[in-house]
Amino acid sequence: MTVTRRTTAGAGARRGRSRRPAWEEPPSVVGQVARGGLLTGVVLAVLLPLWVVVVTSLASRETIDEAGGLVLVPREIDVSAYVTIFSGGQVTRALWISALVTTVGTAVSVTLTVLAAYGLSRPGSVAHRGLLLYFLLTFLVYPGMVPSYLVVTGLGLKDSLWALILPSAISVFNLVVLRAFFQNIPGDLLDSARIDGAGEFRILARIVLPLSRAVIAVVALFYAVGYWNVWFTALLYIDDNARFPSQRVLQSFILAGQSPNTSGLVGAAMPPTLAIKMAVVVVTVAPVVLVYPFVQRHFVKGVIVGAVRG
Amino acid sequence: MSTREAVRPGGGWETPDVGPGGASAAGSDTRRAGRDVRAARRRRRPGRRPPLRARLRRDWPLLVMVAPAAALLLVFHYVPTLGNVVAFQDYNPYAGDSPLQAFLASPWIGFGNFEALFSDPAFWDAFWNTLSITAFQLVFYFPLPIALAIVLNGILSARLRAFVQSVVYLPHFFSWVLVVTFFVQMFGGAGLLAQTLRDAGLQPWDIMSNPDTFVVLVTAEAVWKDAGWGAVVFLAALSTIDPHLYEAAAVDGAGRWRRLWHVTLPGLRPVIVLLLILRLGDALSVGFEQFLLQRDAVGRQAAEVLDTFVYHQGITTGNYGYGAAAGLFKAVVGLVLILAANRIAHALGERGVYSRS
Repeated sequence: MTVTRRTTAGAGARRGRSRRPAWEEPPSVVGQVARGGLLTGVVLAVLLPLWVVVVTSLASRETIDEAGGLVLVPREIDVSAYVTIFSGGQVTRALWISALVTTVGTAVSVTLTVLAAYGLSRPGSVAHRGLLLYFLLTFLVYPGMVPSYLVVTGLGLKDSLWALILPSAISVFNLVVLRAFFQNIPGDLLDSARIDGAGEFRILARIVLPLSRAVIAVVALFYAVGYWNVWFTALLYIDDNARFPSQRVLQSFILAGQSPNTSGLVGAAMPPTLAIKMAVVVVTVAPVVLVYPFVQRHFVKGVIVGAVRG
Repeated sequence: MSTREAVRPGGGWETPDVGPGGASAAGSDTRRAGRDVRAARRRRRPGRRPPLRARLRRDWPLLVMVAPAAALLLVFHYVPTLGNVVAFQDYNPYAGDSPLQAFLASPWIGFGNFEALFSDPAFWDAFWNTLSITAFQLVFYFPLPIALAIVLNGILSARLRAFVQSVVYLPHFFSWVLVVTFFVQMFGGAGLLAQTLRDAGLQPWDIMSNPDTFVVLVTAEAVWKDAGWGAVVFLAALSTIDPHLYEAAAVDGAGRWRRLWHVTLPGLRPVIVLLLILRLGDALSVGFEQFLLQRDAVGRQAAEVLDTFVYHQGITTGNYGYGAAAGLFKAVVGLVLILAANRIAHALGERGVYSRS
């Protein structure tokens, strides 16, 4: 429904004009002002911290000293903090590690989830009910932290980046969303392909996947964000700080207050610590903010399916 | 079978005109296709299914597809779930070379860990902290996504609404490390608020390290991160309410607030009940990373919840059996809670969580 409403707006016959139905009373001034103020406040609450962090990361030492800390109004653009963190050292390495974990992890997760979701999308197939129950039961019974830790370390995954990927590779929630979507694909389409002799793998690759790009994009975003944001798993399993992902480094710099260990620049040439810290925040948040708008427009469809079926 | 078809030129679903005699391999293929059609026809008739061997021949690719995911869940979900039995052991990690050997060599002590747990004041602190944070958030967090969804739904301009939605969903995708970082930068001792207050000649106060207001702080963080995202579900539910109901109500003289009360909220009721059940079933989980990250700043008294208790007892101090006992306690209580909540929902005539299938 939301989708239809959006497309009618997109069709744009009366773009920008309010589509208030005839029976609805015109809004009162007080109501309008209250709603406008509320929405402005909500939007500012999200965007202001981002703004301050970005501006401070680009500020020079003088600007930061003058402001007495965080900077609200940009005066110049000084990228020395970024030069410092990208000139090798822990932050650069951590970003590479996170990029690697995110790429490999998302590829593994999306592939296996799509396969399993398709394999479970056919009621009446062999062991369908049992397998479905096997997957759904993970919502009700779950392992505690301690046994999981023992299993993962017992498999020799301590200090391995696979420890950040394999234990959380399958999200049953994402699987349920995909399965619901696959089940909505008209069965006649699949049946006709089957009669023509196409095997299940071929049907999945040639018919189902092209029809499900949007929902797969959303699921991929969910997985990718999960891998990019991984912090506690790294705290548990990664002791070698040459393999720390970016969140782990961010936490040790900003919340645990260690100074950024950056080789390269020293002494007077060093940009202010605050700018460096804020630059670390920016590079950690940037991938999420940059990818998000491209996937966000698919949310409504994808999440509604999940919400209604789940 | 499918590999042969994959390499057969011109085969597959793109060429629907491959009929009998159309290709060299067509004989066996038509027979197979005929069998599939017959199988499909038989499937439509309830009660009669083809024998297992035939279904296996038909469905084995589906089983192959499910296998890797099922295997991962087996290793990383079900095996650890069974591994919860270390809660009944005096688990000694040094009793063997690997956790498995240590597990086999460790002595069984029955409910010893649980007895120690239930007489541990630190455990009860964590337990009551968890419950009070849940209760607080039920009042001050839970209604906000509903309200936000209603406000968002009222924006008439589609473009403005899409923009606001994008903005409020965004923090959901930030890690807790980032969220806490943002809060430290805004409200911490050296944060923007303290800075501004100091400039204005006022005494700044630091809510980031105050144990007394910690519950407010974590709720504010949770609201900032997830209230926007939480509205998605309610927006979806709002869009399924029949607009004619609003029109009819308006024609009958119901104003804005009456329509909200008599049309909108009843329309949202199933979703609200569903999410309330899920939240109650999860009453012993209030988040984990959020608390672990801030535990040092405000101290154990305020910030210890059950999950962080498990982590510190079980893993940091190496008291594995004890930590597992706390974890198992939480899991069992959680399961009981969700089953109970679902039963209550059914009794109230709602659909609940898993009425279907």
